[in-house]
Amino acid sequence: MGNLIGKSVKRVEDNRFIKGEGKYTDDFNMVNQTFAVYVRSPHAHANINSVDVSAAEAMNGVVKVFTGKDIADAGIVGSICGWQVDFKNGDTMKEPGHPILAADKVRHVGDPVAMVIAEDKYTAKDAAEAVLVDYEVLDAIVDPKAAAQDGAPQVHDDVPNNTIFEWELGDKAATDAAFENAHHVTELSYHNQKLVPNAIEPRAALAHYDANEEKYTLYTTSQNPHLARLIIGAFVLSIPEHKLRVISPDVGGGFGSKIFVYNDECGVLWASKQIGRPVKWTADRSEAFITDCHGRDHVTDAKMAFDADGNITGMRTKTFAAMGAYLSNFSTCVPTYLHGTLMQGLYTTPAVHVDVTAVVTNTVPVDAYRGAGRPEATYGIERLMDTAAREMGMDPTELRRKNFIPAFDGVNEPGYQTQVALQYDSGNYEANMDKALKVADYESLKAERDKAKAEGRLVGIGFSTYIEACGIAPSAVVGSLGARVGLYDAASIRVHPTGKVTAHVGAHSHGQGHETTFAQVIADAFGIGMDDVNIVHGDTENVPFGMGTYGSRSLAVCGSAIMRSVDKVKEKGARIAAHKLECSPDDLEFANGSWTVKGTDKSVGFGDVALTAYVPHDYPADEEPGLDFASFYDPANFVYPFGTHICVVEVDKETGEVKVVKYVAVDDPGIVINPMIVDGQVHGGVAQGIGQALFEGAAYDSDGQLLNGSMLDYTMPRADNFPMFETDRTETPCPHNPLGVKGIGEAGTIGSTPAVVNAVMDALSDYGVKDLQMPLTPNRVWDAINSNGNGNA
Amino acid sequence: MRYNIKVNVNGKPHDDSVNPRVLLVDYIREKLGLTGTHVGCDTSSCGACTVHVDGKAVKSCTMFSVQADGTDITTIEGMCQNGKLHPLQEGFKEEHGLQCGFCTPGMIMACADLLENNSNPSENEIRHGLEGNFCRCTGYHNIVKAVQYAAKKG
Repeated sequence: MGNLIGKSVKRVEDNRFIKGEGKYTDDFNMVNQTFAVYVRSPHAHANINSVDVSAAEAMNGVVKVFTGKDIADAGIVGSICGWQVDFKNGDTMKEPGHPILAADKVRHVGDPVAMVIAEDKYTAKDAAEAVLVDYEVLDAIVDPKAAAQDGAPQVHDDVPNNTIFEWELGDKAATDAAFENAHHVTELSYHNQKLVPNAIEPRAALAHYDANEEKYTLYTTSQNPHLARLIIGAFVLSIPEHKLRVISPDVGGGFGSKIFVYNDECGVLWASKQIGRPVKWTADRSEAFITDCHGRDHVTDAKMAFDADGNITGMRTKTFAAMGAYLSNFSTCVPTYLHGTLMQGLYTTPAVHVDVTAVVTNTVPVDAYRGAGRPEATYGIERLMDTAAREMGMDPTELRRKNFIPAFDGVNEPGYQTQVALQYDSGNYEANMDKALKVADYESLKAERDKAKAEGRLVGIGFSTYIEACGIAPSAVVGSLGARVGLYDAASIRVHPTGKVTAHVGAHSHGQGHETTFAQVIADAFGIGMDDVNIVHGDTENVPFGMGTYGSRSLAVCGSAIMRSVDKVKEKGARIAAHKLECSPDDLEFANGSWTVKGTDKSVGFGDVALTAYVPHDYPADEEPGLDFASFYDPANFVYPFGTHICVVEVDKETGEVKVVKYVAVDDPGIVINPMIVDGQVHGGVAQGIGQALFEGAAYDSDGQLLNGSMLDYTMPRADNFPMFETDRTETPCPHNPLGVKGIGEAGTIGSTPAVVNAVMDALSDYGVKDLQMPLTPNRVWDAINSNGNGNA
Repeated sequence: MRYNIKVNVNGKPHDDSVNPRVLLVDYIREKLGLTGTHVGCDTSSCGACTVHVDGKAVKSCTMFSVQADGTDITTIEGMCQNGKLHPLQEGFKEEHGLQCGFCTPGMIMACADLLENNSNPSENEIRHGLEGNFCRCTGYHNIVKAVQYAAKKG
């Protein structure tokens, strides 16, 4: 009992998953259900001349076929953008419409034009192939930078030059001056390539309309069921919220891609009412590739200015950020408030300027993908650091040491105000790097690298010292920046008469282990057993209005809401205990599951107090029965995890293949509740970051065809791509939340990608290769080795 | 046209009439209601649908149910014997070899096949043995440890 914080408690939820007894959306079925299949555009950009559904509708087993015209006639708008980022000149952000089914024009391969509903999914698939669509194919635009140029194909008529907004942050004049006076300038131009999230569970929906109660139920693969209910109910289908229940059962990974409210799920829900039967839709993988929101797709020019001593004097970036064909819910905040605001890194850079042009292209919409903006920013900063160190003849760790923000705890020393709007909460960056150097044994690594190079082998060491902003987010702050939602979270603690506890939480696990971590926090706080706590999540009918799980926010935000409710239970419990012990609540202290009169052995247990609260025979006169509290928590600030990642690679000279031979991650996620789960989050994040560096990338041709739209073609990282990861930590408490926690869900992805690419550049330094575009495939690396230093040949 | 198939699934005999194009995974999930076997892709790349057919690991999305006629099939639901977890199931929990749990059933079935053929695999052999199964959550680190745990437990 108690002392559960910091323990690697085995996961509660695993008991069902290891037996195949998890319940994911596609595992649910309803009586009389039908199956939907979407007919999707094979073209990236085309006018729709006609849609002929007659053959499909005539097929046995087909229930109904809906087209874009049906949706338009019903007056339904599609999903919306939840964050308004206006032009720097004050003009309003462009917000092109996004119909559930395209009626006049398709704008990316995968854009749906019809929905076929049949008695079974095989019939629905056959019928979908029988829908005849006459397209007039148009020129497509894929490249984010080219999209903004005059004469580029126009994705939406109401978005001139495909430009959604032009945005800037930081002091341009001061930054210009820094570059004018620079002793040394390091420059890189890079593409944070378009990535496909590929959660292993495809998106799915099962919708039912109950005509008697006029009530909708939607089972769906969502990281945030309440946000889904809000957007679908209030904006897309105009369903009163009390008449819409969204249930998100076990979710098989998300990585951001299941934050968003997609039109596909809305369409199924709408259709269930039209046909009066439940409708089920489950994406297949090919469909996921062309409909799940992609990540990244930033084309950036970045420069860093230094004085003669190696101090950073300025940082400047210009980014063209693709939104894809339509604006997904949070697409617009990713390249701006989750990217530009991180551009100072953990350095004392006195002048920073970030310029971002967001464009639409004829590709799958882009939105938050694990890290969301922060990996893109960190990639630029940390690549520039290792590159600059090489150019200036310095050790990359010494260059960092010279520029780190000095340690501050956010309590005795104030938070650190950056040049790009954020105030970091607490940090101890140099100590973290020193620990990583020790864990990795940097001196030995260098000796091994140099020895290998002397033997003609290509070994390199790469660094990344990152900071990120997560625990999203203070509502007033994000509101002032254009967010159309608040970003608090909620949790209720229901103590049962026997002293057992059910917590209803607004966060929703899609692999993070909330049923364990949250239970640890609660059991520890009450001095009860893990088995005495049950976590309920994922059902809008049962849990208070929370904002879900993304942006490494579950523990920092929802965990804080849990602690608020814990405190309320303890306060009321103390009053009940005081009544039983005939003393004042002020005379009591709570420890190890009991209230004790200070300095005596008189005490009453948590269970006794709970029973008294529900059987209030001998009870304080002015106290309500029961022990059940809900709380909302709106964070005071973001939280700012940081860390040092060190990667060692060996490049095969003959094939160009890059092998990661050692990977050290020393992260600082604040106070750690469950080290096992934290390590697991780092492993997975690092693997995804290495995936971006070496393997992954949505490959489009100039016609907008996705050339690697399957798991056969898109290089998903496999078990034999990685070594065992070496993880360790520093723990710098967050000063502004009750648990002192920051976050770890995205850190691995944010820290790893530049460390890997830096390592490859170190390995190839004798070839004069300064930069290569990701992913660093054997082909690209081999070309660089064999092009006499002309790295980008 | 429909065909009759007889299969033994997790020790239980089934005699069913199936449409010949129904995939084995759909038969297992939808006809038998054994939803522990998952579908993660449509190119037999991800391995989430791995089951054992006559003792060998098979991606059940690449096989028609009629092809399974007369076979013994084990799914993840059949791995726990008399309430006792299979050493791999235990290993996945003990070593935190899963996060979202979606790839886990297929992963466990593939790992069981791996250990059947090599009871004491090296790390490298484990990693190569898992090439046919994708996990997006764990970076495979703790999956390797889970297999090592099970191998040790034998």
